Amino acid sequence: MAPVATPFFFYLLSGIMLIGGILVITRKNPVHSALALIVTLLAQASIYLMLYAPFVAGVQIILYAGGIMVLFLFVIMLVSIDRSVRERQFNSQWVVGLIAATALGGLFIAVYTKGKDIFPEHAMPVVENDNTQKIATMLYGQYMFAFEIASLLLLVAIIGAVVMAKKKI
Amino acid sequence: MGQIVAYIESYLGSDKTPGAAGNMFWVLVYIMLVFGGLSVAVIAMNWLERKILAHMQVRLGPMRVGPHGLLQPIADAIKLLLKEDIMPAEADGLIFWVAPFVVVLAAFTVFVVVPFGPTHAITDMNIGILFMLGVSSLSVLGIVMAGWASNSHYPLIGALRSSAQMVSYEVAMGLAVVSAVLMTSLNETGTGTLSMIGIVQAQMAQQEWFIFKFFPLGLIAFFIFAVAMVAETNRAPFDLAEAESELTAGFHTEYSGFRWSLFFLAEYSAMIAVSSIAVTLWLGGWLRPFPNLHGPSISIPHYWPPVDPTAPTGALDLVFSLFPGVTFLLFAAMCFFNTARMPKHPLFKIQTMGLAGFGVVLGLIGLALFVPPIRDRVEDIFWFSAKVAGFMYLYIWYRGTFPRYRFDQLMQMGWKVLLPMGLGVLILTASVALLQPMIWHP
Repeated sequence: MAPVATPFFFYLLSGIMLIGGILVITRKNPVHSALALIVTLLAQASIYLMLYAPFVAGVQIILYAGGIMVLFLFVIMLVSIDRSVRERQFNSQWVVGLIAATALGGLFIAVYTKGKDIFPEHAMPVVENDNTQKIATMLYGQYMFAFEIASLLLLVAIIGAVVMAKKKI
Repeated sequence: MGQIVAYIESYLGSDKTPGAAGNMFWVLVYIMLVFGGLSVAVIAMNWLERKILAHMQVRLGPMRVGPHGLLQPIADAIKLLLKEDIMPAEADGLIFWVAPFVVVLAAFTVFVVVPFGPTHAITDMNIGILFMLGVSSLSVLGIVMAGWASNSHYPLIGALRSSAQMVSYEVAMGLAVVSAVLMTSLNETGTGTLSMIGIVQAQMAQQEWFIFKFFPLGLIAFFIFAVAMVAETNRAPFDLAEAESELTAGFHTEYSGFRWSLFFLAEYSAMIAVSSIAVTLWLGGWLRPFPNLHGPSISIPHYWPPVDPTAPTGALDLVFSLFPGVTFLLFAAMCFFNTARMPKHPLFKIQTMGLAGFGVVLGLIGLALFVPPIRDRVEDIFWFSAKVAGFMYLYIWYRGTFPRYRFDQLMQMGWKVLLPMGLGVLILTASVALLQPMIWHP
């Protein structure tokens, strides 16, 4: 289906993402930060949808918003919020943050000014209708090795988590 | 003006859903229809649950408001809207306020892809089933928010229980769904689909509901999903999140009035949503029972066969196409039977007349469903809704019969029984699907 009012939704979603991202680092209450992060991730999923990548959008919603962030919230809720709100943050790292932000900003400006040379002239052909199938053939064909390595890494991480959490196995 | 009419008419006669055809007008009409129908279904479920539970426990249930308590849900809704809206003094205002809306949004948004028929869905997505699972998993966020923002002990424990439960059962549920999606790829091209409409069409093409596919593998996957879906919606016997003997009402203890009713609405529409996933994946969606049997081709002047030249013309097709109308006529007959049994006291005069009027309305709907153009359009919606209604009855039945699980039993069941079973079924389904063509068609 052809998208409707593309610029409007793009600016709306990017705006939500930016505001959400700023709220994540400025809120003192960690639960508020986590919820702002969820809003950011959902807006990002919608931008994937606008880029004709429905599968990535669906996975983003299931894994990040529905899975990982719920576990985040789960842990944060058990921590005493009152104390962490009153405590002064002692690990502020202005210098490193400034350097990273300048580097990223410089990269963005470079892409913006030289974008014509980097990006292809025409939009990519839309493959919305068989997006999932395309991803499947790529993952299990061309990139099989990388995919298996990633799953092995995840398996190691799972076993590590179990070993650390359980004293007696 | 003419352009607008042409735009509206451009969708009519299309074999796609309005969303897939890109026609905004019909998308809006379908959204109104689906959400209106959903709200009516939730109201009906409220009444039915109380009535059926009461009859299971040899009680009468609601009898006072309207004949046989038919107007009770409406009276309840008015009561909830007029109730004072209380917010605890120490609550986190914004999150407390947003939480019910998150739950309702998550429960309602999934209906965008629910296929009531080959063309009767708001839209068809390439990632349909993934979208449904993803968005319905967002409702746990609303529950966690509600429990935490109430700043009270019972809601917090209820929210923790419910999020732990939903996150663990999602895994088993996902594995069961994957094994059904795998079955959609058993065709010449070997390409499966995640689209809700595509999944039902795959069952139509393979001439088999997936619950009977590779017997008993499809049945086991369906069983895993049927257990996990009760846990996902926090219903009895897995309703630990709102176990009233331990946690008063769980995560919505501090909510009252309209906000509480939003949680109620979300719970019931989430039940309908997961039931429609189960119906779509395993029970053939909108397909009628025995969709491959047609019987001898017959014709009745002005009535049969259907106008659509591609529709089947068998005698069995005719019989099954009469089911929707007959069902509504049966409902009407039940109303008239109970009208005759109403007390003859003058105080019951209005109630008796009301029940008779309701019967007349149901009977007229039933008669309208026999008219050929309506009959051909409505049949698929009827079969889908009838299957979902069967699941709704099961939900009430579970609540009336099963005792509540303990929390460690619940976790054990999810991680040590359903998850290994799901993995095993997935591996077996994949192996059988690979081996089958080699053995039967060498």
